[in-house]
Amino acid sequence: MSKTYYDPTDLRKFGKISDWNEELGSKFFDYYNTVFQEGALSEREKSLIALAVAHTIQCPYCIDAYTGDGLQRGITKEEMMEALHVAGAIRGGASLVHGVQMMNKVNKLEG
Amino acid sequence: MSKLKTQSLHKRDSELAKTNKQLEILSNGIFANGELPTFKDKIAESNQFPLKPKPLEILQINVGYMCNQVCEHCHVDAGPDRKEIMTKETMQQCLDVIKSTGAHTLDLTGGAPEMNPNFRWFVEEAAKVGIKDFIVRSNLTIIRANKKYHDLPEFFKKHNVHVVSSMPHWTRGKTDKQRGEGVFDQSIQALKDLNAVGYGMPDSNLKLDLVYNPSGAFLPANQAAMEKDFKKALLEDFGIQFHNLFSITNLPISRFLDFLIASENYEDYMYALVDAFNPSAVANVMCTNTLSVSWDGYLYDCDFNQMLDLKVASKTKHISNYNEEVLQNRDIIISQHCYGCTAGAGSSCQGTVA
Repeated sequence: MSKTYYDPTDLRKFGKISDWNEELGSKFFDYYNTVFQEGALSEREKSLIALAVAHTIQCPYCIDAYTGDGLQRGITKEEMMEALHVAGAIRGGASLVHGVQMMNKVNKLEG
Repeated sequence: MSKLKTQSLHKRDSELAKTNKQLEILSNGIFANGELPTFKDKIAESNQFPLKPKPLEILQINVGYMCNQVCEHCHVDAGPDRKEIMTKETMQQCLDVIKSTGAHTLDLTGGAPEMNPNFRWFVEEAAKVGIKDFIVRSNLTIIRANKKYHDLPEFFKKHNVHVVSSMPHWTRGKTDKQRGEGVFDQSIQALKDLNAVGYGMPDSNLKLDLVYNPSGAFLPANQAAMEKDFKKALLEDFGIQFHNLFSITNLPISRFLDFLIASENYEDYMYALVDAFNPSAVANVMCTNTLSVSWDGYLYDCDFNQMLDLKVASKTKHISNYNEEVLQNRDIIISQHCYGCTAGAGSSCQGTVA
């Protein structure tokens, strides 16, 4: 039994999830691969979105994957860090915007 | 961030300067214990072993390992301290072959080929043969390195040379990290000099192509997408134009192998290459239509095999007794570094192959 929950080498085994449910696994990967193809957004833009989301949901596999993917696409570390600050701003903002609820509650309770 | 070395592996007496040490690393470990399949076994799965040559299309001549740069990932281990330089006599033997071969492309490389003292004579003589595509792989900075090289754009133009130049990124930081401090600014100026005489301009017959190789332990992305990004950035930031971008995968040999081992990326990189193996790229790998000639006249299946000292498996091993018919019957020599040419869309000195 592994002593840690995450093993970096598990990332390359991602495709194996189809072994236990071929139909749903295939549908997922078809969908996944289609999502990242160039559309209204470029593959490069999608890679940066994925990197920011990966940090927001704190998925170590996704962080490894989309850091590597970004480097492959020539995305610079400055661009990557800016994308992360967008994630950080939204995440921080999501906490702070609830401050309005707190303020409403205080105002209501105190009259 | 690792500091760029200023000396070749050879000068530093590094273990990895020895080709048998590199081949040993590529054959042992994950490839010996069965964790990953050898390249031979992998191509055998699709009945492509042994790899055989097709009719020769490209003759690639390495005129010497001397270079004004010491790039982090150089597979040649080139640098100012390398003294291996092709003699005029060997160049003459190459010219005799160029005249007789059916190859449509002549490809001069190095080191910095311009640093060979007989480079200009060789270009003048080779241009007379009238070969369809005459490539010189110029590292760009050589054009700015010394006054005596400043007229190279005009010289290339005069002999209708197709200029192919390395450019790892459109930003200073990434370029200088891989190729040395100041390389980006010098390269930009050299590209402007080439543009000024007509190289790389839309509709110009003076071909200027760039070569992109990743600046670390990762594979290159889609060549067309990278070309689009390069063109946009170089035009917007510097007013520079060029024709095509060739995307090349770093092969795990020489200084890149040294980097992979030192940065503890070797196994992950080999996994990435093997995972990205594309059987349809095998049929078009460059060793099937190219021959590589070393500074001392020996023949190799490709420039990478040259750097691993894996001479062609043929009775004809030297340019002085060149025999195309005999060479056509050889088996191409392979090892695990060959995975670099079959990953994803494939990789060659002319970019992707699949």
